[in-house]
Amino acid sequence: MTSLRLHIPIDAAALAVGAEDVARAIESAAARHKVAVEIVRNGSRGLYWLEPMVEVETPAGRIAYGPVTAADADGLLTALLGNGAHALRLGPTEEIPWLKRQSRLTFARCGIVDPRSLDDYRAHGGYRGLARAISAGAAKIVEDVIQSGLRGRGGAGFPTGIKWRTVAETAAPQKYVVCNADEGDSGTFADRMIMEGDPFVLIEGMTIAGIATGATKGYVYIRSEYPHAIATMEAAIAAARSGGFLGDRIADSPFAFDMEVRSGAGAYVCGEETSLLDSLEGKRGVVRAKPPLPAHKGLFGRPTVINNVLSFASVPIIMDKGGAFYRDFGMGKSRGTMPIQLAGNVKHGGLFETAFGITLGELVDDIGGGTRSGRPVRAVQVGGPLGAYFPRALFDTPFDYEAFTAREGLIGHGGIVVFDDTVDMAKQARFAMEFCAIESCGKCTPCRVGSIRGMEVIDRIIRNENRAANAALLEDLCNTLKFGSLCALGGFTPYPVMSALTHFPEDFGAPPRLQAAE
Amino acid sequence: MSVKHQDRRRATQTRWDKDVAQSCIREHLDREGPLLPILHALQAEFGYIDEAAEVLVAETLNITRAEVHGVVTFYHDFRREPAGRHVLKLCRAEACQAAGGDPLAARAEARLGVTLGTTTADGSVTLEPVYCLGLCATAPSAMLDGRVVGRLDPARLDVLLTEAQK
Repeated sequence: MTSLRLHIPIDAAALAVGAEDVARAIESAAARHKVAVEIVRNGSRGLYWLEPMVEVETPAGRIAYGPVTAADADGLLTALLGNGAHALRLGPTEEIPWLKRQSRLTFARCGIVDPRSLDDYRAHGGYRGLARAISAGAAKIVEDVIQSGLRGRGGAGFPTGIKWRTVAETAAPQKYVVCNADEGDSGTFADRMIMEGDPFVLIEGMTIAGIATGATKGYVYIRSEYPHAIATMEAAIAAARSGGFLGDRIADSPFAFDMEVRSGAGAYVCGEETSLLDSLEGKRGVVRAKPPLPAHKGLFGRPTVINNVLSFASVPIIMDKGGAFYRDFGMGKSRGTMPIQLAGNVKHGGLFETAFGITLGELVDDIGGGTRSGRPVRAVQVGGPLGAYFPRALFDTPFDYEAFTAREGLIGHGGIVVFDDTVDMAKQARFAMEFCAIESCGKCTPCRVGSIRGMEVIDRIIRNENRAANAALLEDLCNTLKFGSLCALGGFTPYPVMSALTHFPEDFGAPPRLQAAE
Repeated sequence: MSVKHQDRRRATQTRWDKDVAQSCIREHLDREGPLLPILHALQAEFGYIDEAAEVLVAETLNITRAEVHGVVTFYHDFRREPAGRHVLKLCRAEACQAAGGDPLAARAEARLGVTLGTTTADGSVTLEPVYCLGLCATAPSAMLDGRVVGRLDPARLDVLLTEAQK
């Protein structure tokens, strides 16, 4: 009897467009055709416009089909049992140009392995980094991470190795490793993809951080909006523990490290590291003043490494292949690769991991393929709700921490939301203030009250009441938020507001900015 | 934002029971920073955090009731009254706005006869905004009772609304 091995994603975004129905339909079609079909539920490759994507294993490697619907199941199965020809055939998955031109380091296994299988993880190079970390020892791990040039992928871009060294050098009876998986920025989903598609890489990265710093306990704080990621992480942690990779003597070494998942409760501000720590402690997620740094006094007042999912997930390959290998990717002070997320009104949306340095225009027009609506791209918001809106005139900006800062923007967590020419930028600016008002933790007055006043001022500009005076007032208010708030929520809300006002004045009733201005 | 529930007659979960609540609390007592796991457990059991639960939690953890109340009201997830039989969350963040989420939200409000953050008069559906489900490349997105739905358009939304109103 013929037997087929298929891969159908269990990633939340694939499920959201029908991957479960497709899997069921193929199962029942297989029963009708009396063929044995094994379906592996992997993460997503991140080519979301092609989801649900079905891959079949062949002697020539995996062949992709997509986007598949439940109604295609019978025809697809017939094709797979024959010569494989089908209208939805995309060819060998690895040869799809959108995937082939990426440099997948952090996402090397995502979409390929069974996310709940420890064996599969190890068969694809998993835990090689840990093995090297154990033999190298704490000091060498920190040195390698510093040498790699890895910077915090959550948005702040602080050198990860320096943070680890600070924790390592701080003596305490208990230290912690905390993973910030409160990925609340609209337009970002890389953390979710890793946790649903390759959770062991995060566990391995956190374990290495534990060895490097002397921390024995880890927490992954995952937002409650990600139930699938929570379930997959919990399953993977249990598998790692029973496989001897978490617990008292990890991988038969003298090191102890264990970890657990904690669920957030719907507060965007808990993505800020100090409010996340307060939330983990069982308090309201209110931002703390720094110093003390979390590296000195973090969770429960103990020295704490707190990093984003992607930062931890990048560490195993750095340990496996060396800091220099990772450092060779990138530009300037932005080393390695960045998992960039193309989202919103985009034709080819998904996860594109590439070395720093690619321009915004290449990302949006070339890789993203422009808008899904087919209308012209007018603006893109880079870096989540606190990131600036960029007009086409700035599409030559290279994807690099410093280059974006120089243009009054930020790359944040690497999300790019594409808008077509129907967007009303005054409305978007107002939304930025509204979101800040909804999510403010309330600690700083400029953020708590300023965001409400900001909405009112923008409303007056939209209604053409004393427009020039109110625009000046808005700029003044934005400066107050920027310089008077403890964290990025109040501090960065001015980015989307001021970029909208600066680059799209015509939406606020002012004369359009001259094209030659940039 | 405040989540107002117009109808509190139809709780889908179990009714308030002090002993059940106590066991929800006890289950997490040996964890570090147990308050959020306890509140999640109580809400999973009862569908909301009863005022009596706040008192119980405060007594057990030896913290003030004000502290518990502060935490319950800080986080958007915790309800102080039961939701409708179904909870439909529509993503209202930027990626979904860019992909046409605004008119879909207006359509849902009109068809259900409620505004975002409220429950239908018959207690069938609570309609809520959510700020990002991480499905931004298959936007606009929604979540119906924990099930995720992407690439929403008016037709797909209508199917969801019909399902939610059952």
